[in-house]
Amino acid sequence: MSTLSIDHVSRWFGNVVAVNDVTMTIGPGVTGLLGPNGAGKSTLINMMGGFLAPSTGSVTLDGQQVWRNETIYRHIGIVPEREAMYDFLTGREFVLANAELHGLGAKAAQQALATVEMEYAQDRKIATYSKGMRQRVKMASALVHEPSLLLLDEPFNGMDPRQRMQLMDLLRRMGDEGRTVLFSSHILEEVEQLARHIEVVVAGRHAASGDFRKIRRLMTDRPHRYLVRSSDDRALAAALIADPSTSGIEVDRTEGVLRVQAVDFGRFTALLPRVAKEHGIRLLTVSPSDESLESVFSYLVAA
Amino acid sequence: MYDPTVARLTYRALLGRRRALILGALPLLLVVISLAVRGLAGADDQTAADVLGGLALATMVPIIGVIAGTGAIGPEIDDGSVVYLLSKPIKRPTIIYTKLIVAIAVTMVFSAVPTLIAGFVLNGNGRQVAVAYTVAALVASIAYAALFLLLGTVSRHAVVLGLVYALVWEALFGSLVPGARTLSVQQWSLAVAQKVSGGELVTSDVSLTTGTVLLVAVTVLATWYAGRKLRTLTLAGEE
Repeated sequence: MSTLSIDHVSRWFGNVVAVNDVTMTIGPGVTGLLGPNGAGKSTLINMMGGFLAPSTGSVTLDGQQVWRNETIYRHIGIVPEREAMYDFLTGREFVLANAELHGLGAKAAQQALATVEMEYAQDRKIATYSKGMRQRVKMASALVHEPSLLLLDEPFNGMDPRQRMQLMDLLRRMGDEGRTVLFSSHILEEVEQLARHIEVVVAGRHAASGDFRKIRRLMTDRPHRYLVRSSDDRALAAALIADPSTSGIEVDRTEGVLRVQAVDFGRFTALLPRVAKEHGIRLLTVSPSDESLESVFSYLVAA
Repeated sequence: MYDPTVARLTYRALLGRRRALILGALPLLLVVISLAVRGLAGADDQTAADVLGGLALATMVPIIGVIAGTGAIGPEIDDGSVVYLLSKPIKRPTIIYTKLIVAIAVTMVFSAVPTLIAGFVLNGNGRQVAVAYTVAALVASIAYAALFLLLGTVSRHAVVLGLVYALVWEALFGSLVPGARTLSVQQWSLAVAQKVSGGELVTSDVSLTTGTVLLVAVTVLATWYAGRKLRTLTLAGEE
């Protein structure tokens, strides 16, 4: 059982602040590190893995410093995002080399290859592997010494749905065994399927932390904005504003649209078509105007 | 201090790709030129010393050193695969030391061996010319491998910088400009060769003591600093 502590960590590159005063504790089980692209997830994972020094603050694993401490890697397994991995070796040679570097032998390597179900292709050169196969061999190399902490940077990128499910099952199993598993992702659904506990990072800041369902609810319950075009915008606006699920409507005459702000997402989505039908109004366009992950996250930061 | 797995990975990376072709082409060229010179000019000690000094020691050895030294670590740092070495409970200086041994061995095999063969082809090792230049190539291999391994650790443009150093400094200034000569691996290794040959055909601008001290100092300092740099190597994220 291992606990990774990030204590008031900041990291800047020149004038750019990539990670801004982040404090979090990652315990046993699967934790998702969620945030849009460029939020600082990779920078954070690099600091957690000891490949980048924090500008201020500290990263420790069970009380031991991670930066400039090679012995810590007895307890950490790392699955980097980058593809490069000694393509001239076969899968078996690669995992065996990783085992040997830990002072282990062929048995450990074989076991790790079996865990990721890559024995069937272990004698092929890595250069011939698909993205999903590479990811699994990377996993095997990270698992070979049975680490108590597993760090994975965007592990599902480029995987097909079947490979994704397999990897998710594997990570779930690792979490259930009591290992501390942290993976980063910018895709909400991925995190939702795998991690109960999440840490959200937006623009280098720690935006939210805790149970996924609570944070998801917070995301769903935020005010939603829609652009609506209809056969009678004014009549529709009048009918919608009468319901408490709608908190504001702007009739934009130059654009010819309604800008609606809804506070109760579920109720509003049922209300809109019903009201339109009752008033004989045709809906021409209904489009959410702030559904991007960035805007969802920005809302979380403000909340 | 030496890790056989790191060594195996480094050997395979160095000798498995296009690099092996380049490593093999230069020694082959040297032997072919030596055969041609021998055929055209016959066995002449001065000619042998000129070819081995100008072509083998001043040009081929540093270029092989650049390819082996930077190639032992540079590509891994560039593409990020070095993470698989760094994320292990192995001391970073051990990684550097092992890679240095491999780079030295490869540089020696691809530079000293062909120098010896070329020497025997040119004048049958008359007046110890072939052996003297082979010894020079062997000691130069050590210093070059250490210098270029350091370059591969600190710069993404290691090959270009290394070639500029090898061709401009060592081959051009090292041979022509008197002041630059004392700061040239070539001259330090020639000081050792001078001792071996007896000092008639093979000469150096620096004394044996100075040459030896500088060779050892450069090798030790470059290796120490490369180990230090690797300890704090930052792997920037994709962001």
